[in-house]
Amino acid sequence: MKTSVLVFPGSNREGDVAQAIELITGRKSNMVWHGDGDFEKTDLIVIPGGFSYGDYLRCGAMAAQSPVMTEVKKRAAQGVPVLAICNGFQIAAEAGLLPGVLMRNENLKFVCADVHLKVETSQSLFTNRYQAGQVIKVPVAHAEGNYFADTETLKRIEDRGQVAFRYCAPDGTVDGTGNPNGSIRNIAGVFNETKTVLGLMPHPENAVEPMFGGTDGKALFEGIVDALS
Amino acid sequence: MKARVHVTLKNGVLDPQGKAIGHSLNRLGFPEVGDVRQGKYIELELAETDAAKAKARLDEMCRKLLANTVIENYSIELVG
Repeated sequence: MKTSVLVFPGSNREGDVAQAIELITGRKSNMVWHGDGDFEKTDLIVIPGGFSYGDYLRCGAMAAQSPVMTEVKKRAAQGVPVLAICNGFQIAAEAGLLPGVLMRNENLKFVCADVHLKVETSQSLFTNRYQAGQVIKVPVAHAEGNYFADTETLKRIEDRGQVAFRYCAPDGTVDGTGNPNGSIRNIAGVFNETKTVLGLMPHPENAVEPMFGGTDGKALFEGIVDALS
Repeated sequence: MKARVHVTLKNGVLDPQGKAIGHSLNRLGFPEVGDVRQGKYIELELAETDAAKAKARLDEMCRKLLANTVIENYSIELVG
């Protein structure tokens, strides 16, 4: 499996995700600079976390307009899977690859903590190694992860099964207690309509080795490898 | 030509920053302050003399970059 990881000025999790992918696939990722309008053929595109363009204007807004994103949009339309994590999720939402938008956390704080997520579906190339309803523990680190979409969009994505993960309590209860940022309906991750693009605020790439507190994120990458090979 | 663009959150979209500003003002001895909504103000210098053309281009700029119309409204004002 060939992976391309995008790098913007201000990205900072590109190394983490490339390392997680190498751990699981044994292959190094192709790092793609934001100014590159074209890059080699790839099986998976990753938009990593960080603070692209210093979060100027709105998180992800500037990066969403960069040359590399024009190419990513083209390839996503052709069905190339895109995994967008944290700032990557903000970029993908701003680029129109995913529905909704990420706003300032409700409590105005930068939240850096382990959170519990309820896996909503195993029917996707990203979540096939999980069970629907399974609770996993992964870290979040963001100040703008408050997912929002208008009522019409929410209805549409719920009806079509486009919600991938919801914040929950350790026992799987989806309510305010497990929600670190005020996200509407506890939404932590969403798919596009064809479920070939996944955006999520939590960092599965930082939950792949026991030494760092857990391995619940590993199945996400293993699932992608299964689906793509 | 100069343009002023105001970007504001749509009604019904939670504005935690506006809320925090309101609370701070209340605490500072301004109890008359109720709801506060925070937005952005952007000034642009344009190499365009035709107002209608400028407005159309600004509208495109707002939709493409300056505002996220999922959560924000924008208004455009031309000056001089």
